[in-house]
Amino acid sequence: MSAVHDLAIIGAGPAGMAAAVMAAELRLSTVVLDEQPEPGGQIYRGIERLAATRSRHLELLGPDYALGLELTRAFRASSIEYLSGTQVWQVEPAGRIFYRRNDVAGILQAKKILIAPGAMERPMPVPGWTLPGVLTCGAGQTVLKANGLAPKGRFVLAGCGPLLLLLAAQLTRCGIKPTAILQTTFNRWAAAPHLLGFLGAPAYLIKGLGLLRELKAASIPIHNVSRFAIKGDTQARAVEFVCNGAARTIEVDTVFLHQGVVPNSNLAWSLNLDHRWDDVQRCYHPKLDAWGRASNAAVLVAGDAGGIVGAKGAEFMGLIAAAAAAVDLGKVGAEQAEDRTRDAKTALNKQRAARPFLDHLYRPEQRWIAPPEPDTIVCRCEEVRAGEIRRLVTEQNCPGPNQLKSFVRCGMGPCQGRLCGLTAVEMIAESRGVPVSEVGYYRIRPPIKPVTIGDLATLDVPERNDAVHM
Amino acid sequence: MFALLPDNPFERITVHVDGNTVGVPPGFTAAAAMLLHGASSTRTTPVTGEPRAPYCMMGVCFECLMQIDGEPNQQGCLVTVVEGMRIERQLGKCKVDE
Repeated sequence: MSAVHDLAIIGAGPAGMAAAVMAAELRLSTVVLDEQPEPGGQIYRGIERLAATRSRHLELLGPDYALGLELTRAFRASSIEYLSGTQVWQVEPAGRIFYRRNDVAGILQAKKILIAPGAMERPMPVPGWTLPGVLTCGAGQTVLKANGLAPKGRFVLAGCGPLLLLLAAQLTRCGIKPTAILQTTFNRWAAAPHLLGFLGAPAYLIKGLGLLRELKAASIPIHNVSRFAIKGDTQARAVEFVCNGAARTIEVDTVFLHQGVVPNSNLAWSLNLDHRWDDVQRCYHPKLDAWGRASNAAVLVAGDAGGIVGAKGAEFMGLIAAAAAAVDLGKVGAEQAEDRTRDAKTALNKQRAARPFLDHLYRPEQRWIAPPEPDTIVCRCEEVRAGEIRRLVTEQNCPGPNQLKSFVRCGMGPCQGRLCGLTAVEMIAESRGVPVSEVGYYRIRPPIKPVTIGDLATLDVPERNDAVHM
Repeated sequence: MFALLPDNPFERITVHVDGNTVGVPPGFTAAAAMLLHGASSTRTTPVTGEPRAPYCMMGVCFECLMQIDGEPNQQGCLVTVVEGMRIERQLGKCKVDE
C-alpha cells in the first residue's frame, strides 16, 4: 500500500471538484475517486468532451451547464491525484478505501474522507414505471449531455421539479418537442410563505420564469394531473391521466419521469453515519456540522449527498469541507480557515435560503410517494408490489424496512435499495401511522457496489502477522 | 428509441450490439449504444422474466445490467465502449459456466 493521503474525496461533481481545488491550495495530499471517465458529476456530465467535440450543443444545454467548464479546468489544474472510472465498494470508518479500477481492485488509506456522491432522482413508483421506454428525466438529460442522444417519436415528461422543465426546454431547443408535460405536484400556496428566501437568490426565479416562457412559446402544454399511469405490454405505449376531472390518454414511445432529487445515500449509510429525516424534502440527511463534518470523526460530507443544495451550493460546501479537513489535520489554523471560507459560507446560506420555496412547491403528495394501487412495483429488482408491503405491515406486523427484507427481499436486489428505500419507509410509516423517522432505513452494508471474487483476488493486502492459523 | 442529434462528430467506434455490427461516437457507454441501436428491452428480470431497459443512466438503478464481451451482469451505463466490444441483452438469470 502506498503512502497515506491526507484527504480522499469520493465523487468528482461540483462538491468534489471544488473540495479538491481547495485541498490542493491548502497543501493537503489529496486523491479523488470517481465512477465516471471524466470529471463533472451528473450535473456537468461529459462537459469536457462535449466542449471539445460538439461545442454547438453547449448553447442548447444552456449557460448553467457551461459553467462546469470553469470548475473542471480548475480541477484539472490542481495538484491532486485523480482516479477516474473508479468504483468505491467499501469505505472503512478508519479511512481505508476499497475500489475497483480497470478491472483491478485496489486499497488506499486516507486520514480524512470527504464523501460527495451527489444526488439521485427520487423514486417515482407509478403503474408501468418499470416498462422499457420509461426513463428518468436525469437519464434523458445524461444521454443528451454525454452522447448527443434525443428520444425518437412521441414522448411526455411526467412528475414535478425544475429538472422536468429544464429537460423539456433543452430538448425543445434541439427541435425535439415533447407532446406534453404532465405535472403531478405544484403546491403554490405551501410555497408562497418561503418566497422571500427564494428571491434572495434571484437567478432561480429568472431561470424558472425563462423556462416556462420558452415552453409556452413552443406551445407545449403543461397539464396538472391527479392520476397517472403508463400502459404497455413489452414497452411503454401510452400514458393515462386525469386532468381537471377528465380522464385522458396520450400515445407515447418514451416517458421521462422525475419528482425531485434526494441524496445518493448508500455510501453514507454504509459508514453508519447518523442521519435525520427531513420532512419537507422527504428524505434522510446525514447529520453535519456547519463545516460538513459527519458523526464519524474521519468523515465529511459535501454537496447534495448532505441534503439537496444544487450545483452552486455543492461547490461551496465542498470548498468549506476541504478547509475543515485542513484544520482538523493541523494544516491551517481555524482563523485562516474562517477567512478562506467566509464568502463561500455567505453564498451557501443564500443558496440554502432559496431551497424551502422549491422544496415546498414540489414536495410530492403522498399518492406519488406511496403508491395507492396495489399492483404498482415498489422494489424494481425483486419485483415487490405496493399491496404486498401494505399487507405485510398491517397483517404480519412487519415493523420496518429491514424486516421487509426478510419477508420478501424488498431492497435486496442489485440496486441495494437505492430505488425503493424511500418508498418502502414512507409506506411502512403510513401503514403503521407513525413518522418516518421512527421507521428508520435499510441497514446498508458493504460492498456498496458489486465486486467479484476475482476482483478480491487481485487485492494486494499486506500479510497480517496476527492471522489465526487453524 | 433514441437518435443522434445533428452536429455530432463523424468519428465512430465499431461495436456489436446483439450481433449487429454498428458504429457509435467515442465516449458512448454500452447502455447508450443499446439505446441507439438495440432492442427496446435490454434484459429480462430473473424473478418473473419481465422486460426491462436502461432507466437512470447514472449507475444507481442496475436496470441496464447486460453482457459485455461475454461477461454478464455489467452495468452498461458505466462501461465506455471500445473498438470491437460485444454488447448483448441479458435474459433472465445468469449461469455459472461448468
